[in-house]
Amino acid sequence: MSRKPGAGNVSGGAGLSRTLIADLRAVTGPDRVLGDPLELAIYGRDSSLCVGDEPSVVVFPTTTEEVAETVKVCSRHQQPFVARGSGTGLAGNAVPLGNPVVIVTTMMNEVLSVDVSERVAWVQPGVLNLDLTRHVSTWGLHYAPDPSSQQVCTIGGNVATNSGGPHCLAYGVTSAHVLAMKVVLADGTITQLGGLEPEPAGYDLRGVFVGSEGMLGIATEIAVRLMPNPPEVATMLLDFEDVSAGAATVSAIIADGLVPAAMEMMDANAVEVVEAFVKAGFPTDAAAVLLVEVEGLPAGVKAAVETISELGQRSGARHARLASDAAERDLWWKGRKSAFGAVARLAPDYYLHDTVVPRTRLVEVLEKVYEIAERYDLIVVNVFHAGDGNLHPLLAFDSRTEGVMASVHAAGEEIVLASLAAGGVLSGEHGIGLEKRDLMPNLFSPADLAAQDLLRACFDPAGLANPYKVLPAASGCGDLRPQIDVPEGAWV
Amino acid sequence: MSQAVLRPFCEPLQALAADVGPCDPVVPAGGRTQWEIGGLPDPGAREVFLPAGILEYEPAEMTVRCLAGTTLAELAAVLAEAGQMVPLDLPHAEVATVGGVLAVGRSGIKRLGYGPIRDVLLQVVFVTADGELVRSGGPTVKNVSGFDLCRLMVGSLGTLGVIGEVILRCFPRPAVSQWFSGEADPFELLHRLYRPASILWDGSRVWLCLEGHPADVDAQASLTSLEPCDGPPELPSPGRVSMRPSELASLKGEFVAEVGVGVAHLLDPTPAGSLEARNLALCQEIKQRFDPLGRLNPGRSVWAEL
Repeated sequence: MSRKPGAGNVSGGAGLSRTLIADLRAVTGPDRVLGDPLELAIYGRDSSLCVGDEPSVVVFPTTTEEVAETVKVCSRHQQPFVARGSGTGLAGNAVPLGNPVVIVTTMMNEVLSVDVSERVAWVQPGVLNLDLTRHVSTWGLHYAPDPSSQQVCTIGGNVATNSGGPHCLAYGVTSAHVLAMKVVLADGTITQLGGLEPEPAGYDLRGVFVGSEGMLGIATEIAVRLMPNPPEVATMLLDFEDVSAGAATVSAIIADGLVPAAMEMMDANAVEVVEAFVKAGFPTDAAAVLLVEVEGLPAGVKAAVETISELGQRSGARHARLASDAAERDLWWKGRKSAFGAVARLAPDYYLHDTVVPRTRLVEVLEKVYEIAERYDLIVVNVFHAGDGNLHPLLAFDSRTEGVMASVHAAGEEIVLASLAAGGVLSGEHGIGLEKRDLMPNLFSPADLAAQDLLRACFDPAGLANPYKVLPAASGCGDLRPQIDVPEGAWV
Repeated sequence: MSQAVLRPFCEPLQALAADVGPCDPVVPAGGRTQWEIGGLPDPGAREVFLPAGILEYEPAEMTVRCLAGTTLAELAAVLAEAGQMVPLDLPHAEVATVGGVLAVGRSGIKRLGYGPIRDVLLQVVFVTADGELVRSGGPTVKNVSGFDLCRLMVGSLGTLGVIGEVILRCFPRPAVSQWFSGEADPFELLHRLYRPASILWDGSRVWLCLEGHPADVDAQASLTSLEPCDGPPELPSPGRVSMRPSELASLKGEFVAEVGVGVAHLLDPTPAGSLEARNLALCQEIKQRFDPLGRLNPGRSVWAEL
C-alpha cells in the first residue's frame, strides 16, 4: 500500500523547461499552446473564490489522441496537469496548484454521434450541457442533468463534478446518465470505461471516474443516456408567508409518494433580486416561493397537480398557480436559473455554498444559516433544490470592505458544519475541489480517506492529474507527497 | 472551529469487521441465490455471514439504512407499509440479501423503468482486507463528497471489501403495476410508449409492464394489442448475456430478452466478459491494492481470467 513520491518532482512555473513547451507545441501546433502572462492569469481562476497558482502553460487539444499525447508529455516531464472545461466550477476544482499544465477542453465541442434508437449520444467533453439538449431535441430527446449554469458549463466538467441540477430530483445526477467514457489516464494511455451494453465486465470504473474531479484522468469522449421528452409537463408556483411552510410542503409532497421532476425554493431575498432582474412574475411579498414541476403521462400529471395544490394549501401556501403556457414556464425557470447572476444587484461579490441535508432537517438548517449570516453581518440569499435537500446559501458582500473576507470564510465554514451536524454531506453537486478539501475529515475517517487515496493511486500513482484536490494532505498510507497548504487568502 | 463528530459504527458492523479480520481467506455469504457467478470460491476460504436488520427508515427522506444481510423480502415488507419500495426485484427475495445482490450487481427485470441497481446505493460501509470499516458516499440522494467507492463496490463480488451496511434510495410504489402480453414488435413498442417499466421478448411473444396512474396505464395499454396477464414469463437460466440493446434483435434460439436494456436470459451457461488490456490492468491494480493478499473471496472474479 505504498506509493511513489512522484508529485514531489514537479517543477514550478518559473523553472519550466523549454523542452516541455516545445514538446507540447509539437502535439497541438504552436497556436494552441498559450503562455502569455495575461492568458495564464485567466486560466488560474475558476468561478469560485479560490486562488491557486498560475498555470505553467495552457493547451487546447481537439482530439482524444492530442489529449493523450499532451498527457504523455506531462508524464515524461513529471509535470502535473489539470483538465478544465468552461471554468464554471464553484469549488476550485480546476484551479491550478503547483504550476501545472492546464488542458482546456473547450475546443473539443463536437457531438460525435447520436443513436436515436438506443437513445445514446457520444460527445466530446467541451460540448455545452444545453447545446447537447438542443442538438437532440429534434428527436424528442433531452439530456436530463441541467445545472443552473447549463448554458455555459461543459459535459466534461459535469462528469468531473457529477453535476446535478433541478431535474435530478426525479432522474438522478450525472453518474446515472453516463454510460461509457473514453478516457486518457495519467500516463497518457487511452482506455474505455463502462460500455453501451448494460453489464460491462470488470469493476465499475465508469462509476468511480464520474465525480473524481479530474484526479483519475481526463474523459475525452463521453456516451450519455438521452431521455424521451415527457408527453405532459406542469409547472406550479406556490408562495408562502414563511420559509418553514414551504419546506413543510416539500416534505408533505414527498411523504405523499410523489417525486416531482423538480422542486426548487427561493427565499424573499432571492425573489427580490430575481424580480428586479428577470421580472419572472414571482410575488415579492412572499417569504418563500416554491417551483414544482411534474412530468409524465397526462392523468398522472393532472392528479399530481391537484395533490400538490391541496398539500400546499394545507401546509400554508397563499397561492398555488399553474404556469399557463410554455412561455410562462420558461420565464419561471429563467428566473430560478438566473438567481445567482442577479445577486450582483445586492453586492459586487458573492460566495455560493453547496451542502446537502436530509429533507426533514431543511427548516432547522435554514434557520441556522440565517442566524449565522446575521451574526457575521452578511447578506444571505437562499435558492435551493428543496426536493433533495440541496442547499445553496449565497453570501453577498463587497470585498473592498475591510475584514469582510474573514467573515465570509468563517460564516461559510459554520454553514457547512451546521449541515454536517444535521446529518448532511459536504457537497451536493459542486464537488470538494480545493474549497472543501480540508473539511473532508469532518465527514470521513482516516481509514475512509485512505481508501479513496488508494483508488487514486491505482489510476495515477505519480499524482500528476489535478494534484492536491479533494483529499486532504496525508490521506494515504505512508503518504510521501509534499504537504501543500491551501494558499493564504485562498478564498479571496 | 470544532470538528464534527463522525457517526460511530453499530455493534453488528464492528462484529463483522472482527469476523473478517486481517489474515485468512474469507468468503462473504448472503442468501447464495447467485452463488456461482464469477466462479465458485476456493473451498479452503472461511465463510463470513452478514449481519441483518433495518436500522433506520424515514419515509419522508425516501432513504433506508440497513445491514447487508437483510433479505429483500424483509426490506420490501417494511417499505411497503409506507407505500415505498427499492427496485431490487430479483428472484428468491425471501433469501436473497441486500448486500449479496449489490455485490453481484445484476439488476432486476424492471431496469428499463427504474435504472440499474448500482444507482440505488447512496452510502456503503464495507470491511477492507485489513479488517477495517470504511464508509463511502452519504445519507442524502445528492452527494459529491469524495471518490465514489459505492459504485466500485456494486458488482465487485466481494473481491474488494465485504459490504456490511448500506443506505438505499427508495421510490414510491406505483398506484398500478400491470403486466400485459401478446405478439408485437418490442422495439417499436419501446418507442411508442412513454417510459414503460419493462419489456421482455422471447423472439415472438412480448411481456410489457406498465406502471403509474390507472388511467395512464389504460391509455398506454390501448396503444398496443397486448392483453393483461399475471406476470412476466419464467426466465431461462443460468445463461445471461449483456449486449447493446439494438443487438437483441439478432438473438436466436431460446431466450428472454430485456428490450431497451440489452440483457438476455439463456438456458446455457455463459462465460464472463473480457476486458480491454488497459482497463484490465486498472482492475487488476485495484484488486492488488485493495486486497494485496488476495484473501477476499478468492476464486471469484468480475472478469474472464485468461
